[in-house]
Amino acid sequence: MANLTLVQSINLALAQEMEADDSIVLLGEDIGINGGVFRVTDGLQKRFGNDRVIDTPLAESGIMGFSVGLAMAGMKPIPEIQFEGFLGPAYDQLVNHAARFRTRTRGALTVPLTVRVPVGGGIHAPELHSDSPEAIYAHHPGLKVVMPATPYDAKGLLISAIRDPDPVVFFEPKRVYRSFREEVPEDEYTIEIGKAKVVSEGTDLTVVTWGASLFQCLEALDELPEDISVELIDLRSIYPFDAEAIIESVRKTGRCVVVHEAPLTAGFGAEISSQIQEHCFLYLEAPVQRVAGFDTVMPYYKLELDYLPEAPRIKSAIEECMAY
Amino acid sequence: MPRRTVYEAKVEFVQILDEDGGFDEKLGKDLISDEQVVALYEHMVTCRELDEIAFKLQRSGRMGTFPQNKGQEAAAIGTAHALIKGTDWLVPCYRENAALFMHGLPMHYILLHWMGDERGNEIPPGVNITPLCIPIGTHMLHAAGIAYASKLRNEGRVVATFFGDGATSEGDFHEAMNFASVFQAPIVFLCQNNQWAISVPRESQTASETFAQKAIAYGMPGTQVDGNDLFGVYKVVKEAVDRARDGGGPSLIEAVTYRLGDHTTADDARRYRDQAELDAWLAKDPLIRLRKYLETNDLWDDQMQTELDEKAKVIVREVVKTAEGIESPATEDLFNYTFANLPDGIITQRDTLRTASIGQNPAQIGLRTQRQNA
Repeated sequence: MANLTLVQSINLALAQEMEADDSIVLLGEDIGINGGVFRVTDGLQKRFGNDRVIDTPLAESGIMGFSVGLAMAGMKPIPEIQFEGFLGPAYDQLVNHAARFRTRTRGALTVPLTVRVPVGGGIHAPELHSDSPEAIYAHHPGLKVVMPATPYDAKGLLISAIRDPDPVVFFEPKRVYRSFREEVPEDEYTIEIGKAKVVSEGTDLTVVTWGASLFQCLEALDELPEDISVELIDLRSIYPFDAEAIIESVRKTGRCVVVHEAPLTAGFGAEISSQIQEHCFLYLEAPVQRVAGFDTVMPYYKLELDYLPEAPRIKSAIEECMAY
Repeated sequence: MPRRTVYEAKVEFVQILDEDGGFDEKLGKDLISDEQVVALYEHMVTCRELDEIAFKLQRSGRMGTFPQNKGQEAAAIGTAHALIKGTDWLVPCYRENAALFMHGLPMHYILLHWMGDERGNEIPPGVNITPLCIPIGTHMLHAAGIAYASKLRNEGRVVATFFGDGATSEGDFHEAMNFASVFQAPIVFLCQNNQWAISVPRESQTASETFAQKAIAYGMPGTQVDGNDLFGVYKVVKEAVDRARDGGGPSLIEAVTYRLGDHTTADDARRYRDQAELDAWLAKDPLIRLRKYLETNDLWDDQMQTELDEKAKVIVREVVKTAEGIESPATEDLFNYTFANLPDGIITQRDTLRTASIGQNPAQIGLRTQRQNA
């Protein structure tokens, strides 16, 4: 057991899986001697060699398409896209190829790759370094999408993603990369993709969130009057997602607030809200509330905290929902 | 010396069998045995028959859109002949069916694909082919990745990937060429320059004089070959394959050919190209040329041609029968291959064939009344 940051736990999971399976290769921009711009792959090239930790030319479609080829030939590539804003050039290869090969070849050719992508705002980064595009990828059949918020969950989910026979988009909330440490077991363990975590139990209202917003929710919960009992759910997996955990909770509480960084409209909160409406219709005491990024372009960092669903907005939504 | 030349390059054009049947003995002697040339010609004729019948299947409503391959058979067959079946990989677009059949793809798979059935892409085990790639140029990156996997594992496999002149304008072409070269992957990029990308002619696609010269920017050899010359294609591809297998990295080959048909059955090339141009290329048809060669060398006669034409018809008739005899896929097939392990949501959709939640769980009907009565 070691006290690790998110960065360190991901690094540990990568190293342990690479040790166990020599078909795994990492590839991406600056991931070699530099250890990646966030140092997530620090030391791995030295340990596993240039053939397994590959610095690629600067081309995201190239990284993704090359990984698709490696995967079809029996390797397990783990490409890194440096920031979520640069997933755009790789979108075609990820969505139109990686996600579809199993279906279009009836399983004859498959693409077991895990693409790691730092995601989200809150770190004073430049333009196109702070977006939250998880709903876009969750919408595409054939892709799994996860976004762990803690070092413990990151290790277990990454190992599951790597071992998954299908392509997984592994979003790493960069605001959490070094924000805190927690105990992470040395031994390998998996966390099932598609399973949410009940962070705290409650009876009055359910809060569903994922990624860095988990910590804004915790902050909001601390500020609430003590007589409001909130059940906090960290979704962890965006697709497939744990509808059952949400439904079970909302049938108990009758109220739900969904919190995410991505823009409101067509964000993944819309899907959750719809599931609740379909499956908890007669249990609801109030309309499902969404606290999300605004339907605007993610601003430069001077305004990013005005854009992001910070604790005061979450607290207000909870109180308003309780008062409905 | 403030100005000096820092790089110079040349691009060769290779032709062994010209359109009149003339043969360059120096380049072509003992390149392909007589027996093999006859077999390759027979394959070429059979593939042309399939191509013509596929066109008719579309026109008579028995098959969907189909892109005819005719005119480009020499480029496909010459390339496939230079690779080792079962070891090397072919990563195609959609105008090199003849190559795929040579490396083990059953002919009816191509018809199934264009009949709208994914099972046409269910490549049999041991056949190293990726399925037809409809978007342009994206598959070249897959080819580069497959080639690099071979290098990483010292498997000695070489990859050949086919694409057209239009594909060289796509970003993925450049990224694939660059990745392959930076990583010295064992791959041959085979550009079938058939002069047209649907309605856009070659001169509107690039300001380069040749497609082959694009290799220079990536630090790999580039060669232009008469793409309707089976011997020329085989020779330059074989050299590139041998170099790749020996660790010499990738090559680009531009096979100069012509799309004798429309882009697809949904296209009418008369809208944008002159009959005179088409007529000139009809005379350069690789079938005509190869038959001339065989006849000149006393390897072929009219009787053999008649027998081959009949044999090709029988083979293709059987292929069509096989493809049309395969029952439509089961509805549940549309769900079953989305993931190796289907998420619950997809299982529910498959089992109920509904997306509406009340229909998926009929117990919900009357729920309000049940609750009120309770």
